[in-house]
Amino acid sequence: MFTAILVMVGLAVIIGLVLGWSAIRFKVEGNPLAEKIDAILPQTQCGQCGFPGCRPYAEAIAKGEADINQCPPGGEEGVKKLAELLGVEPKPLDESHGTPKPKSVAFIDEQICIGCTLCIQACPVDAIVGAAKQMHTIVADECTGCELCLPPCPVDCITMVPIAEDLPHWKWKAPVIMLKKVS
Amino acid sequence: MSRKLHTFKGGVHPPEHKAESNARPVHAAPLPKQLVIPLRQHIGNPAKPVVEVGQRVLKGQLIGAADGYISAAVHASSSGIVTAIGPAVVPHASGLPDDCIIIDTDGRDEWISLAPLDYRAMEPADLRMRLRDLGLAGLGGAVFPSAVKLDPGAAHHCPTLILNGAECEPWITCDDVLMRLHADDILQGVAIMRHLLGSTEILVGIEDNKPEALASMRFAAAKLDFAVEVVAVPTIYPAGGAKQMIEILTGQQVPSGKLSTDIGIQVFNIGTAHALARAVHHGEPLISRLVTVTGFVLRPQNVEALIGTPLHTLITLAGDREGSTGVLMGGPMMGMPMPDLAVPVVKATNCILVQSAELFPPLPKALPCIRCTRCADACPAELQPQELFRFAKAGDFGRAQEYHLFDCIECGCCSYVCPSHIPLVDFYRYAKSEIWAREKEKRAADLARERHEFRQFRLEREKQEKAEKLAAKAKAKRAELAAAPAAEGAPSEADAKKALIAAALARAQAKKAEAAPKNIDHLPPDTQREIEEIEARRAKIRELARQPLESEEKP
Repeated sequence: MFTAILVMVGLAVIIGLVLGWSAIRFKVEGNPLAEKIDAILPQTQCGQCGFPGCRPYAEAIAKGEADINQCPPGGEEGVKKLAELLGVEPKPLDESHGTPKPKSVAFIDEQICIGCTLCIQACPVDAIVGAAKQMHTIVADECTGCELCLPPCPVDCITMVPIAEDLPHWKWKAPVIMLKKVS
Repeated sequence: MSRKLHTFKGGVHPPEHKAESNARPVHAAPLPKQLVIPLRQHIGNPAKPVVEVGQRVLKGQLIGAADGYISAAVHASSSGIVTAIGPAVVPHASGLPDDCIIIDTDGRDEWISLAPLDYRAMEPADLRMRLRDLGLAGLGGAVFPSAVKLDPGAAHHCPTLILNGAECEPWITCDDVLMRLHADDILQGVAIMRHLLGSTEILVGIEDNKPEALASMRFAAAKLDFAVEVVAVPTIYPAGGAKQMIEILTGQQVPSGKLSTDIGIQVFNIGTAHALARAVHHGEPLISRLVTVTGFVLRPQNVEALIGTPLHTLITLAGDREGSTGVLMGGPMMGMPMPDLAVPVVKATNCILVQSAELFPPLPKALPCIRCTRCADACPAELQPQELFRFAKAGDFGRAQEYHLFDCIECGCCSYVCPSHIPLVDFYRYAKSEIWAREKEKRAADLARERHEFRQFRLEREKQEKAEKLAAKAKAKRAELAAAPAAEGAPSEADAKKALIAAALARAQAKKAEAAPKNIDHLPPDTQREIEEIEARRAKIRELARQPLESEEKP
């Protein structure tokens, strides 16, 4: 009886030590689920979901504090991917957070810009170049089209220009095959 | 010729239709009034224009410089005036415009002065850069910049060099005619390739349906001081695919996702070898090529056409007929329908195939896939086209990639044999471009994430730095004040703050006082008077500001 208790206690201590050691040794930094969700989000950093950026939204989804249908730039396809990852039913986009728009980039009308730097401070990806009382301009390759620079502009010199289809961006369309009626 | 030939799996035997165009003499196409020269004719970065609108250019003059390593230059194909630099419709399946340089020719066809290159004396790297600036790109169809392919890379030599003269696509005969007429030039180009790549084994693969080309190449090869083996390969489509040609001649397969150079083999089209010889021995940039104009025309033939010549000029030359139903650039298996007949001949244009309802009856309507796997039997890349079709149609691109979608060479054998007439290749092209677009989006998202995270980090760091700076400043000030009024007893916290504010005020006032008006010495009297008037007005306003307003006084 005494031996049995000793064996059990001994086992408990050993297993406890192993578990404790592996908890330290194999500790996962951050939330792996949030990482996976963040990888699906489009990284527009527009804040339309109600969170300050894609990462906080991903963390909120991971904690169950936010729904998966609050990201208009991700569109229905993004919702579908999130639903697949989280094993839930996909749902339509929540219109209260905005509707998907064609991909665009911001464009500063350099004739009107007064060089106030307000848009530079608003840009979440540092895609605007300029300095106080100097004309500003957008680095089009790095602009995510989040529209966050539009409201702070005091002279409304920023417009969103949809990305036109050109040769390097052209895609083959899904073939439509006319099926013959067999009956 | 006792070389043991191998076979690749699959392949088809479509009707050849070579005899229509390969018997007529080759002419130079007439000089068009306007040349449209696209800046993006090759794989890689488009060329950068180096001429201005209104400038006169000579034949062979550089008008678009190569931009980066994987790029090639473009040149004026004839002398004339540059009238526009901007978007024009180019020969592409999309029908979208792209940047072009448009030249109104003056009819004089005046050359720049040409200087041949002494390739044996040149550094290989310099020679490759010169070839890039002469606009050399593969003329077999892929238009990959030749200078890049002529770089043997880390291995420093490429033991086997294969010249591809198979020309397996039906209807096309430009390579056949080129080999008949310019076998010596082609082999001169091969000598330069051999010099750059350090190849020891040189093979020329020609389909056995071109006996004249075979004879001509063998005759020319016998005159050379190095060994070139001209091999007749069995006629089967797509024997002219680079990987298929390698397998036929050497029995080796290029592993999936690898390049032929990884197994020590480089393949060039014979047209490229000819252009290379012209470039090195004559200093000629790539401004023209042989084009087969065939199909539903009166006189199917090969023409030497300047790059930038509109397709309709060549079709008119070959005799256009009523009732054509479309024009393909390339052959019937891999050709692209042209959106407009005003599009120019580019470096990739090997054939202009005019279609008619009789020669190319429209495909019957597609039936559902019955999984007969005839496509798998025909596929020369040893893929499972029926599975790829299923995944591409369902939008399951990940699975399609697992089934080696990117090993598909889009040869069209699967569509050719499909009893349900499904346009299979269209599905693979669609899936490939979707995958590329997604990868591009993914890269853009990763960049945005990285930049956003760095911005967060930067803001945090700036906040911290500012706080530290302020704390240090306040500490220094406090220490200073604590040292000075020690005699008046220990100052309270409130006193210290007051003293700080007073000190700041004094500083601000001193600064204001310093800002004295400038340039007021030796003024003319009337200016002086003006200044005095203004000063008086200012003093009055200051006085008024100090007095309480009347309206405020009354109640």
